[in-house]
Amino acid sequence: MTDGLKEVAIHSLKEIAELVYLLEFERDFPFEAGQIIKLAWPGDEKIRLYSIASGEQQPLVQILFNVVGDGRLTPLLARLKPGDKILASGPLGKFKGTEGPAWWIAQGTGIAPFASMFRSGQTENKTLVHGGRTLNSFYYRDEFEPLLGSQYIRCCSREADETSFRGRVTDYLNSLESLPADPLYYLCGSSEMVVETRDILISKGVPFGKIVSEIYF
Amino acid sequence: MDSQVSVKEQLFGKNQQEIALIVESLGMPRFGVGQITDWLYKKKVTAISEMTNLSGRHRQMLEERYDLGVAPPVKVQESTDGTKKYLFQTGPRRFVEAAYIPDEDRATLCVSSQVGCKMGCLFCMTGKQGFQANLTAGEIVNQIQSLPERDRLTNVVYMGMGEPFDNLEEVLKSLEILTSDWGYGWSPRRITVSTIGIIPAMKEFLERSEAHLAVSLHTPFEEERKMLMPVEQVYSLPEVISTVRSWDFGRQRRVSFEYILFKNLNDTPAHVKELAKLLNGLRCRINLIRFHPIPGTPLEGSDDQAVQRFKDALNAKKILTTVRASRGQDIYAACGLLSTKELIRK
Repeated sequence: MTDGLKEVAIHSLKEIAELVYLLEFERDFPFEAGQIIKLAWPGDEKIRLYSIASGEQQPLVQILFNVVGDGRLTPLLARLKPGDKILASGPLGKFKGTEGPAWWIAQGTGIAPFASMFRSGQTENKTLVHGGRTLNSFYYRDEFEPLLGSQYIRCCSREADETSFRGRVTDYLNSLESLPADPLYYLCGSSEMVVETRDILISKGVPFGKIVSEIYF
Repeated sequence: MDSQVSVKEQLFGKNQQEIALIVESLGMPRFGVGQITDWLYKKKVTAISEMTNLSGRHRQMLEERYDLGVAPPVKVQESTDGTKKYLFQTGPRRFVEAAYIPDEDRATLCVSSQVGCKMGCLFCMTGKQGFQANLTAGEIVNQIQSLPERDRLTNVVYMGMGEPFDNLEEVLKSLEILTSDWGYGWSPRRITVSTIGIIPAMKEFLERSEAHLAVSLHTPFEEERKMLMPVEQVYSLPEVISTVRSWDFGRQRRVSFEYILFKNLNDTPAHVKELAKLLNGLRCRINLIRFHPIPGTPLEGSDDQAVQRFKDALNAKKILTTVRASRGQDIYAACGLLSTKELIRK
């Protein structure tokens, strides 16, 4: 299953929240914001897919991941040191952004493709709704907040502060009386979140053809 | 029922190699491997104590360490057309469905491979309950073993809850049990595994199994498929078809494409034309499926005339096309509704 993968050397690994990490390595391929890559551990056939979180012009590929308790790859990734090698593919996938108006709706590390789109210059006409359990799970907040302002909605399910919506992304969307019909609605997260969010959008009159989904599987 | 869920390891679902390790670890004679696999897969044993050609001491040792792992369905719904939907419990608040579909001289069982599903297809009920767990090979084969109509089965299709290729190793192990001489001894040609097109796993399945392949297609247009099936974002249709084309299926092994017809969406002449282009020269069959609406869906099924028209148009283009008979409509035989209801009830 490791066809098309090659060794890359780790540039850095940083834990940015409990069991959530940013992994970086040098980029030697062009890509379009929103695309994914395959990662694998040397000697292991099993590949995993991760969205690229860095921008199209940035020299390093950045991957945002959380350690899955019974996972095969992420506990190993979390122990990497600069210079260590893993296997990575070039970019693939068609979850690509738009210059037009869009709502980006993400849960947890599902923010990664939107970070990439944002860092690649897609900052106009965007509304970002990001869900997390705790207040420190709004990754890239320092980048999004200055430019998106009130169009950047953080939904926190377990903690509260004055600037965040208390509840899940789906609670926030349910609380809205209506949704604009024009934008594209991009969803990224677990299957549960994507399916539930998609159902809410459709029930509020968004045509399903306007919904673009990427599920972490 | 929850209190009956076992914590011991299950014997049922182990392959010959794993049974050999157990036999060795318990100090049993080597021929114990054949005795145990016979009891597990050729006889309808309901308890380890019924394995009467094993010594009493070895049976006791097995019972101390293992549960048999065979569990009957907890519920059944029967359609007026004879289709039955069985509900199996695989853990606390975990249910899967298996649909038994008798049809003249054939009887097909549609089995599940996961509890819930991660793929999030727009038209699927199972996806609405999210993903809960992969089934073990034992839990997959148990749907066959514990079926009251087991001896009447002619075919098994992996088209129930879950994406089989998202649980590849357990699915392959279940196929090994069904097709090995030490197992059920079935021909792999009695089995079809369906996928939405997870390419790396599909390649591995083609290499490691002889069972038929069915691919959920539903539209020949990538942009449209993205709306219906999020997997299209990752594994695109041209790549899926190219993978299928690159494989030599031989004379006996079959590839088919599943195509649910949605009114005014994927049932047009443009779709026929594009399908003919996409599948040109590929020895395959298209199975057209009528859509049975699920709660809250924005999709509507094509009417009978449109289904017939679509079928005739594809056949005229020399693509062998059949319409799958709608079965068990009164019990929602194929949509994950029974398990979702049970999940909510619990």
